Amino acid sequence: MRWRKKRNELTSFLVLLPSLVLIAIFVYYFIARTVAASLSDWGRDPSQALALNPETHFIGLDNYRELFTGVIDVRFRQDLVSTLFFTAFFIAGCLLLGLLLAVAIDHRPRAEGLFRGVFLFPFSLSFVVTGTIWRWLLQPRGGVNRLPTMVGLPPGEFAWLTSRDQVWRFEWNHLPAIVLVLAALVLLLMALSAYRARRGRRAVALAAVAAGLLAGALGAARGLVLLPFPELHGFNLAFVGIVVAAVWQMAGYTMALYLAGLTGIPIELREAAIVDGANDWQLYTRIMLPLVAPITLSAMIILGHISLKIFDLVFAMAGPDNAYTDVPALLMFITTFRGNQFAKGASIGVILLLLVALVILPYLRSQLRRRGRA
Amino acid sequence: MKAGRRKPRWGLRLALYVLLVLAVSFFLMPVYMMLVTAFKEPRAINLDTAWQLPQVWNWLSFAEAWRAFRPKLLNSLILTVSASAISAVVGSLNGYALAKWPFPGSRALFSFMLFGMFIPYQAILIPLFQFVKAIGLYGSIWGLVLVHTVYGLPITTLIFRNTYVEIPSEIVESMCIDGAGFFGIYRFGVFPLSLPGFVVVIIWQFTQIWNEFLFAVSLSNPASQPITVALAQLAGGEAVKWNLPMAGALLAALPTLLVYVVFGRYFVRGLLAGSVKG
Repeated sequence: MRWRKKRNELTSFLVLLPSLVLIAIFVYYFIARTVAASLSDWGRDPSQALALNPETHFIGLDNYRELFTGVIDVRFRQDLVSTLFFTAFFIAGCLLLGLLLAVAIDHRPRAEGLFRGVFLFPFSLSFVVTGTIWRWLLQPRGGVNRLPTMVGLPPGEFAWLTSRDQVWRFEWNHLPAIVLVLAALVLLLMALSAYRARRGRRAVALAAVAAGLLAGALGAARGLVLLPFPELHGFNLAFVGIVVAAVWQMAGYTMALYLAGLTGIPIELREAAIVDGANDWQLYTRIMLPLVAPITLSAMIILGHISLKIFDLVFAMAGPDNAYTDVPALLMFITTFRGNQFAKGASIGVILLLLVALVILPYLRSQLRRRGRA
Repeated sequence: MKAGRRKPRWGLRLALYVLLVLAVSFFLMPVYMMLVTAFKEPRAINLDTAWQLPQVWNWLSFAEAWRAFRPKLLNSLILTVSASAISAVVGSLNGYALAKWPFPGSRALFSFMLFGMFIPYQAILIPLFQFVKAIGLYGSIWGLVLVHTVYGLPITTLIFRNTYVEIPSEIVESMCIDGAGFFGIYRFGVFPLSLPGFVVVIIWQFTQIWNEFLFAVSLSNPASQPITVALAQLAGGEAVKWNLPMAGALLAALPTLLVYVVFGRYFVRGLLAGSVKG
């Protein structure tokens, strides 16, 4: 019996082996190749860029230095800022609308299945289809801007995808300080929750690190100069329409995630709350929503990694060459396949990978650990 | 009946339906716009009257879009069906191996695979492009089949693994005592219970691959273009007449919409499986 189990385990490994080899090559080896390319000058010499075996040289982190502090790569810095703003609004929009719809459906309206179907169907579409339709809806003098005229109001004036306006601008040279202050704030919040949970030592340690970061931030603001000149970045209003289209596509999905959680709550719990005199508002805010809080975290991570990678929607809505609606995922594509700047494109790819890994790795670890315990 | 309690309930019901109707109009607004624009004659399309129904219903845009898109739809179909089928079969075997015959280190190898489904593909695009070119599959639909199959393996393996974990180990053990080997148990014990798993995986892969754009635009040429690339090019052109892109968008959306309408229940299950990882 034992030897047979061993033999089957060996077969099991051999069955997995081809897939593992493929993943090792297509994921890990290719990432390594991208990292190597990002440390080279591949593409700087136009005669070598498209050669079959291009002659390249190791130049260290020079591509990254240029992206963050070089004069010509200002577009990348704005893209990075844009993608972070986009991610924040996209996640917030999906969570709010998704939760609202889930709670509504949870009240069991008539034709519940129909409503659910209408809210979820955009998820089955391609971002290219969504982008094409919304591009037409957001024409400056048509579509959505014409809606107010139906009730006798003047037409909307907002230049959805062509706006050149920017709000919440900040100086790129202040970025290190801003990042450190934000990190300190997060740590302080963690310290507060540790204090609430009566884990005093942990709270003090976290608060101390936060204080250290703040001190560092103030020092960095004085000492570190990224650019020899001031450079303003902010939220491009041309992104508002793209956020709306993205929320249109993914809110139903968020709703489905929440609904799965809400329907999983035992009926007895609701009934007990109602017997105890809780009204509808209390039932949801005190009982149901705290129970689906873990879903919010999962949804944030899934939506966040979709949003950092977003490419097709922007391509279809605003075209690949609109600097005001650009994101790093799109810039990587253009830099590489239009500009033949392979090393720079690789660097942008690596930065994207790091951003996504920052979101995904802790999540994967916690998921796998939780399953291990179960 | 307590009349006093019913009144606020009634108000709540009303608010609920107002909210739902508003939400439905938001979600169906683009569909309405797509349909009325696709059915208008090109010269009848103008920004001021974009919301009005067509005065003359015109089917020709669909005929024209169909003529232009038929080869691209066929490319997408070949690509999607082949890559979904291969990645589903391999994923099923992988899932069975991981769920029923774990060996030392198999959990770590599983995580090693899972990471592959989250990476931004921009981080592997350049070496992938070179590789596909080097093996002579650049610009061929089979290059895309290969790529989608490989990058589909993590999710198909994950979904099948989670399905097979639910199958009682007693079945495997008793078959083992009866003398069945690794593949015998799969063939007669596990595979017959796999139908729901296959439906979920194939729906998931079908919609993902059909809708995909980055690989499609980087690795295809005009002859092997999938529909998403063709649609983006058509709609992205200057001085575009909007009836054609709208009719094209409908054609591009129909297959996945059909899957969604027919297999809605499994569709939801698939997207939950694809999200609550692990």
